[in-house]
Amino acid sequence: MLSMLPQVLVDGLTLGFMYAVVALGYTMVYGILEFINFAHGDLFMVGAFVGTEVLLTFEALGTLEGMNPFVAFFITLIVAMAITGALGVGIERVAYRPLRGAPRLVPLISAIGVSFLLQDLVRFSEAIYRNEFYLNSPQLFTGSLELGFATVPQKAIMVMVIAIVLMIVLTLFVNKTKWGIAMRAVAQDQSTASLMTINVDKVIMLTFLIGSSLGGATGVLFAQNYGTIDPYIGFILGLKAFTAAVLGGIGNLRGAMVGGVIIGLLESLSGAYMGPLTNGAFGAEYKDVFAFSILILVLLFKPEGLFGEAVKEKV
Amino acid sequence: MEMNLLKNKEVPLLFTVLWIAVFSGALYSLDKSVIAFMGVLFSIILVYYTKGSNLIRFALGAAVLLLIIPLVAGDNRYYMEVATQVGIYVAMALGLNIVVGFAGLLDLGYVAFFAAGAYAYAIFTTSQANEFIPGDFFPLSGEWFWPFLIIGLIVAAIFGILLGLPVLRVKGDYLAIVTLGFGEIIRIVFNNLDKPINITNGPQGITPIPAPELLGIKMGTPFYFYFIVLFVIAFIVLANVRFEHSRLGRAWIAVREDELAAQSMGISLLNTKLAAFATGASFAGIVGVIFAAKQTFVDPTSFTMNESIAILVMVILGGSGSIPGVVLGAAFVTVLQVQLLKEFSNFLHGLQQSGLINLPSQLDPSKFQRLVFGVILVLVALYRPNGLIPAKRKKDDIDSIKQSKHFGEQQGILAKVAGRK
Amino acid sequence: MMRKRSQIGFISAVVAAGMAVTGCGGSQTTGGTEGASDASGSTKIVIATQSPLSGSQSVVGDAIKTGAEYAVNLQKEEFKKLGFDLQLSPQDDQADPKQGVANAEMLLSNPDVLGVVGHYNTGVAIPSSVKYEEGKLVMVSPANTGVKLTEEGKKVVHRICARDDSQGPKAAIYAKEKLGVKKVFIVHDKTAYGQGITDQVKAQFEKDGVEIVGYEGITQGEKDYSAVLNQVISKSPDMLYFGGIYSEAGILVKQAREKGFKGVFMGGDGIDSSELAKIAGDAVEGVVFTSIAGDVTQTAEGKKWADAYEKSMGKKPETFSVYGYDAAGVLLEGIKEAIKANGGKKPSREQVLEAVHKTKDYQGQFTKVTFDEKGDNQFADVFIYKFGKDKSEFVGKVE
Repeated sequence: MLSMLPQVLVDGLTLGFMYAVVALGYTMVYGILEFINFAHGDLFMVGAFVGTEVLLTFEALGTLEGMNPFVAFFITLIVAMAITGALGVGIERVAYRPLRGAPRLVPLISAIGVSFLLQDLVRFSEAIYRNEFYLNSPQLFTGSLELGFATVPQKAIMVMVIAIVLMIVLTLFVNKTKWGIAMRAVAQDQSTASLMTINVDKVIMLTFLIGSSLGGATGVLFAQNYGTIDPYIGFILGLKAFTAAVLGGIGNLRGAMVGGVIIGLLESLSGAYMGPLTNGAFGAEYKDVFAFSILILVLLFKPEGLFGEAVKEKV
Repeated sequence: MEMNLLKNKEVPLLFTVLWIAVFSGALYSLDKSVIAFMGVLFSIILVYYTKGSNLIRFALGAAVLLLIIPLVAGDNRYYMEVATQVGIYVAMALGLNIVVGFAGLLDLGYVAFFAAGAYAYAIFTTSQANEFIPGDFFPLSGEWFWPFLIIGLIVAAIFGILLGLPVLRVKGDYLAIVTLGFGEIIRIVFNNLDKPINITNGPQGITPIPAPELLGIKMGTPFYFYFIVLFVIAFIVLANVRFEHSRLGRAWIAVREDELAAQSMGISLLNTKLAAFATGASFAGIVGVIFAAKQTFVDPTSFTMNESIAILVMVILGGSGSIPGVVLGAAFVTVLQVQLLKEFSNFLHGLQQSGLINLPSQLDPSKFQRLVFGVILVLVALYRPNGLIPAKRKKDDIDSIKQSKHFGEQQGILAKVAGRK
Repeated sequence: MMRKRSQIGFISAVVAAGMAVTGCGGSQTTGGTEGASDASGSTKIVIATQSPLSGSQSVVGDAIKTGAEYAVNLQKEEFKKLGFDLQLSPQDDQADPKQGVANAEMLLSNPDVLGVVGHYNTGVAIPSSVKYEEGKLVMVSPANTGVKLTEEGKKVVHRICARDDSQGPKAAIYAKEKLGVKKVFIVHDKTAYGQGITDQVKAQFEKDGVEIVGYEGITQGEKDYSAVLNQVISKSPDMLYFGGIYSEAGILVKQAREKGFKGVFMGGDGIDSSELAKIAGDAVEGVVFTSIAGDVTQTAEGKKWADAYEKSMGKKPETFSVYGYDAAGVLLEGIKEAIKANGGKKPSREQVLEAVHKTKDYQGQFTKVTFDEKGDNQFADVFIYKFGKDKSEFVGKVE
């Protein structure tokens, strides 16, 4: 039974890195607006569809054959990031900005609505365009690395590499650039930041642009790694990514990354070992229960998360 | 002009009575004319907007609901079935209204309590309970339906408290996510509790659940369920109204508006929230029992997150915290779901069959549900955050206090201090 | 006090408002009271189909409906000669028990409806059949395999296809004897259908002494099954048996092959769909499955039927079309018998039920039908298929 452990860890890490990048989107928006962007998981889904459609178009045109897989992959990634980024900004403008300052439940309800809208809009456009609402993505990387104790598919390596690159770039951006500093200032205190001549609206727009394009990029990674996508993949994955963000301490970038990897590993481990360990009494089907229970436990005993700071409520 | 007439409730009484008389008469003589039937139903809306005392309107409404509709539609099982479904959702939305509308706790896992009630009745009135309780005491007969209305209420309330204790320590947006997670956990657990001990029979579901029985009459047809649901709605509405202006109800509203301020006024946050959770849950529990008895079959697919969201949409659309609003929202959404979208898609199917249009099956309007919900949620949030019929605040201005018979008495802690002197 | 009254008044108003809208939707259901059908003098005879016409299972649901529609079209003339106007009323149960029950109530309220062809999901069929039983409305199922459906003693329930407790054991025996399987890992999708059939398969494997190295459930709708597959790989079984439908099966077999699984992949009738090949890609080759629906085009006569069907209905028959056709055929045969017994007058639902229940040696287009006391078809068969490069090939009947 232990012989499968390395493989389980590899699969868990692949999944965990995807959670981590999506969790970044949640954590950035929450850090600035204190609002759960419920539709973020669905932006991830849109990214997966856009990316797959780009690849399918290449395939239909016959250009995919001769293309370097890396080139095809980066084109896909960039197109998907651009479209989901723009979509995220648009959603913020239409569905969230008018509600700034409204009671806290109102924007959340709007976000749930946007999430549903995105799911069905994607479904309908695919149904019209392809007469079915799930897609099978062409696979760019089919080889795999044999390590003896585990098999690491090339696509899993791509997932991890891209995820790590995105995280490093984001960290540098937030810490070193002017806009990144502005972002942190807005997260600290909106009105003071605006007094310091920071354009708060623009910063929030930028946050949505970055967060959403990160989600879209993960969608492409997901489609590459698992091959089949449907319009409902975003909801549960988003929920788990949010769990990861809370686990790491919401609003904290490093926390989101660590939280994502932890959730991915836990899920993979519980899926593989729960059945054999309990002699079949509790099987792999309980792995979601496991992830949500972790969320609840964290909120109970360390509501600020692993890396977060406890915030005193002001009166 | 017309809007004003409606707004000020100025439809003349004579007109309403005439309307009812004409259409009932038409129904009687024309034998099941659809137009006449709709006319009778529409009369209820007229009743609400009729000029006259509340007593008259109440009597008219009750007459149509309790006498004319059952007399007219009672032998058409389908009308009664849809009416029953509408009633079930109205009752659930009213329960959720306490949690979301009054106490301001966004609960996205409400359907779990509905499931608890449904499973409570299902397990003990079929031989399922013999699987884990030694002996051969089960199934219980349909006469147990009535005590189970109370048992379902208690079971769901216990569920509410058990879930609430850990969950209610988090607030706002976190609560939404955690309740969503909890709703999913409950569903997954119900789907898997066929081993190690078989409690829920897992994905196979439980059947056959007996219909309610009273004095030897089997009440399995929609006709009886219509009255059972009406009765339960009356009870839940009464509870809602009583709660709204009770001490507890005011505490809920205080917590909703500002937790910190409420706390400093001496309101126990956890207890107040728990009470809201348990009350809301218990109503869902009762409805769950009715649902199980009506369906004769329960399985976990009836309790997905979509149901929770649908009930939330009803509350938000109608007007969170507003009892008439929630009823309207629930009726509208259910009719939309059960009837309108389906009829529209049947209509399109007809067109497709005759070759007029070519419709991919994924474009079927009966699958528009999520899209419609999404649009409703966004539009309501943007343009009518308080819903179609917003909740009214009771005006307790200084004049009405002065006119109160308690004016001048010392109350609360002052009364105690005064008493001690 | 006044305030409360006004609220109650309003609630009455709104509940009725809901029903008002409902009323317009249900407009086709007007007619006499239930049970009065034989006295009403109407010459209309309606048979209904109930199957999912929308959503992910709509392909199968539509096949059932179209099959029944074809049967009705062919017999319209014959009924006209008897003096009746035969019609089909297709209903969409959306694979949702609530919707199925509501539709059942609608059909019951229309006295011209004399029989139902349906459903596809056993979870929908069971609660709906409770309503049919109340109204003595006979139901002939083309596709429900769940064992429980006919075990509940409802007289109205009939089916022309095989049950899980016939399909499951036959699959297990085939796997052991023809495929030489000694070690098997069983996965199901935690639905009523998937678990139902795997439990039967598992029981037979246990009886035959085939080693079961694992039994796991997966979640429908997920795309990553690596956790369970790692378990499969570590046990290196000869066969991975999956109880569930094609959308999960496709991903499962693809990811299993990627992880280096070398054994046989087998499933039940749920993976009987050309979509499986689209999802699984190359990995589909060699996938074996049992089905309760046979390939009608195996015989020359069947091919002729399929061609005529395509010409008349404008689309090729799917696997379940012929079952919808035969189920409707059984039903219509029963109605004709009942008309005869009733002296050429329109029969009541009870009379139709009696006639259908007595069906003996009815030769349908594909299957022969004789109902036993429970309503199961004594001639129901199980068939085996194997996937080639991109489509499934008929292997034969399992004895």
